[in-house]
Amino acid sequence: MIAYVVRRVFHGVIVLVVVTAVIFVILHLLPGGEARAVLGAKANPAAIAQFNRVNNLNRPLPVQYVLWIGQLLHGNLGRSYKTNATVMSLIAQRLPKTLVLTALALVLAVLVGIPLGMLQAARRNRAFDQAMSVASLAMYAAPIFLTGIVAISLFAVHWRIFPAEAPQGTSALGILEDPRALILPVVLLSLGTIAMFSRYMRSSTIENLVEDYARTARAKGASPKRVLLRHVMRNALGPIATQLGLFLPFLFAGTVITESVFNYPGMGLLFWNAALARDYPTEMGVALVVSFATVVGSLVADVGYSLLDPRIRFT
Amino acid sequence: MNANAELVDLTVDLRPIQRVDDDGDLSPHRRMLLAFAQNKLAVAGVALLLAIVLFSFVGPLVYHTDQVRTNFAQADLAPGADGHPLGTDASGYDVLGRLMAGGQTSLIVGFAAAAIAAVVGSIFGAIAGLAGKVVDSVLMRFVDGCMSIPQLLVVIILATIIIPSRLSLAIVIGAISWFPTARLVRGEALRIVRLDYVEASRASGSPSRWVLFRHILPNSVGVIVVSATFQVATAILLVASLSFLGLGIPPPAASWGGMLATGLQYIYDGYWWMIYPAGALIVLTIMGCNFVADGLRDAFETRLQRR
Repeated sequence: MIAYVVRRVFHGVIVLVVVTAVIFVILHLLPGGEARAVLGAKANPAAIAQFNRVNNLNRPLPVQYVLWIGQLLHGNLGRSYKTNATVMSLIAQRLPKTLVLTALALVLAVLVGIPLGMLQAARRNRAFDQAMSVASLAMYAAPIFLTGIVAISLFAVHWRIFPAEAPQGTSALGILEDPRALILPVVLLSLGTIAMFSRYMRSSTIENLVEDYARTARAKGASPKRVLLRHVMRNALGPIATQLGLFLPFLFAGTVITESVFNYPGMGLLFWNAALARDYPTEMGVALVVSFATVVGSLVADVGYSLLDPRIRFT
Repeated sequence: MNANAELVDLTVDLRPIQRVDDDGDLSPHRRMLLAFAQNKLAVAGVALLLAIVLFSFVGPLVYHTDQVRTNFAQADLAPGADGHPLGTDASGYDVLGRLMAGGQTSLIVGFAAAAIAAVVGSIFGAIAGLAGKVVDSVLMRFVDGCMSIPQLLVVIILATIIIPSRLSLAIVIGAISWFPTARLVRGEALRIVRLDYVEASRASGSPSRWVLFRHILPNSVGVIVVSATFQVATAILLVASLSFLGLGIPPPAASWGGMLATGLQYIYDGYWWMIYPAGALIVLTIMGCNFVADGLRDAFETRLQRR
């Protein structure tokens, strides 16, 4: 077990190094370099040289990378070009609110998607299953900005049940104080994930239902319900657990769109505004934080899965 | 959106496995075509995509509109008014004509990006699988790292660095979409290099380049085509998201995502024609690609099963 965890952590660290290297390279793709981006297109050469010297940009790239990593390890992501606040403080302000949004959407997706997939597997190829399959295919193909607009025009403009704008609290707690405004963003963000979870769960359950152990349990007199809930479910959940970490980038991409549609004051909105303002340090900071979360998330999911299913550790 | 590899598997066993009727004498290719033709969703997907291609590229030849110059005297017209079947938008552009123009952008960028991703991904994956050992782990850890950065974020960042155009968007999206393909092709390559005839070929002195282009890539064609088809959908979605966020190809160029973004501003006025037609086209195009990709995968599987 320990050997497996050590191996998996080592793997995660290597992936993190790759992530930072890729983001570092993108940062250096800026036309004219960072100096031009900060000082403007008309900056004179002396000012640019000065900026480069102060920020170590005249050093060789590998040296710059090591220095940049050093800063990163101290939690320094640089300063926003636009507000001059540290990127870390901007993210620290927004991250809890985005966590509230994504966590609620993820919980909803698990609570709806997984039972739905199992039910579809139990009733496979009947009308209910086929109707749900079509519905999840459509949900999966519909981008959030579209479902968001449709939902706003129906629930906010036409029937006036929910507000069109997300809660505007200054903290995560403030967000939770306005649950009615939270419903539309959370539901829309979860739709695509529900579609994915139910599809996965459906095929994974079907695979297990035809296994010998399920047949044996059935032959020994266990009711179909008991076979499904006591025997098959645990085995079918495994593959989904490993995917949870990989859902994070997908979910975060969803939050960028959801937050921009509903003006939700989270990290996605921060990222979008930074992109519109060409505020590169903020863009990079958010991308780094999300990628780190992804790597750590899939690490945790893999280790969790190995606890759930001991066979994994030995392959 | 980076969960591409996962998305690819999402639509597995949507429907009962298609039984190809008694066909003992058919060649594998014919059997594959037959399996594809018997798959209703796949055929519907092909029809859908064909219709959208015709609409976007042949439509403007029949239905002439000015999609460059604004005309504020004709802005916000309801459908049917003044010879505009789907009305006009806030700048006075004819919505139907604009849907066609936007469709061209979506399809061109989508297919070009998928083609770039297919080429880069399959060569990268094949090299990793063929080389094995250290080279393989290094290349694959690179792919793992890249797949951990959300695709939409990278596209947005790159879109703020480059000047978005059809060409630059196709290159950027292609350049960041090939990772799942590389993984899949590497898996195939690992399997193929162990086949007896490939080992025989290598033992008799074939250079790696020969093995790569003569054995690995042709035998991975199924995987490559299927993942490329899924990637068309992903690329079209990315283009639409970028335009929706105001970071796509700038006006007067038309795009479905951009039309939705403008439509959102008029949501309280009930201008449905600025929202729903563009939205429907995005969904139909993506669904069409997914259906075709699904059908192709099943068809390739039948070919392999019977061989």
